[in-house]
Amino acid sequence: MPEAPHDLAIPDPIEAAVRQVLSTLTGDMTTNEASLLAELEALGREVQRAKTEIAALRVDDINDNHIPRATDELDAVVEHTANATNEILDVCEGLEAMQARLPAVEADKLGTAVTRIYEACSFQDITGQRISKVVSALKAIETRVAAVTARFAKDAPPPLEKEASAAPVTEGRALANGPQMPGVGTSQADIDKLLASFD
Amino acid sequence: MAMDKNMNVLIVDDYKTMLRIIRNLLKQLEFDNVEEAADGAEALAKLRAGNFGLVISDWNMEPMTGLDLLKEVRADARLKNLPFIMITAESKTENVIAAKAAGVSNYIVKPFNAETLREKIEKVLVNA
Repeated sequence: MPEAPHDLAIPDPIEAAVRQVLSTLTGDMTTNEASLLAELEALGREVQRAKTEIAALRVDDINDNHIPRATDELDAVVEHTANATNEILDVCEGLEAMQARLPAVEADKLGTAVTRIYEACSFQDITGQRISKVVSALKAIETRVAAVTARFAKDAPPPLEKEASAAPVTEGRALANGPQMPGVGTSQADIDKLLASFD
Repeated sequence: MAMDKNMNVLIVDDYKTMLRIIRNLLKQLEFDNVEEAADGAEALAKLRAGNFGLVISDWNMEPMTGLDLLKEVRADARLKNLPFIMITAESKTENVIAAKAAGVSNYIVKPFNAETLREKIEKVLVNA
């Protein structure tokens, strides 16, 4: 029968688990017990390897550079689309000012066209809200990656505690989810039916 | 019943371009007395200080949401009957039900068109 190994180079808390198992073993080991120990040792090495790989991920670089850069780029998208939308609105307001000088038929056509542009320009609000959701998701990833790294990398700095929002979680805040994906939300027609059902 | 288009209308949204779009659409509907607020708290202060006939509010704003503004309005003795239209991207059924429970007059989901806005305003003001 094989002897129980006495010098397993296995880190905590795996080491503690292995030693606990070892402490329950007396005398010669059975083949099954030796196999179990070998598997535990291999598991310990896998955990150690995973920890080393996670520590080598340069998560500090992800959190210090990649995610802030991504959020900055998204903020810039919002800013540029807002600027473009405002340019479009400037032109529309100029066109509306010309309406009074046009014959009635042309003025009506122009008015209809400008209205359609106004309607289309509301995309900026929707895209802005969608981008805000992506930024929130990136920040959540940043926090969780930092937490995992801090647990596995001894030299890694502890994750920064995110400041809790000062605003209370009201029903309005709890239900504020932003735009739904196409086909998921309730349509205006269904909202109208829903509201009518309360009358 | 004819609508009083000289009434003061308060539009509430944290996106300036959205405020501008709604203001321009209201102008096309001949509502010229339009004031703006960037969130529920600013809107509530303006409502308490002024004399408005209609509120058109977004939902998702900081620090006070449109739903919380609606609740404050309905809890205020002077403002409780004020017509209140929610215009929002929040399109889940639970949002509509919560808004209705809080006393919303009508609910428009973004993106919306000018005809929907006109129709809801007329309906709300005629029933006011």
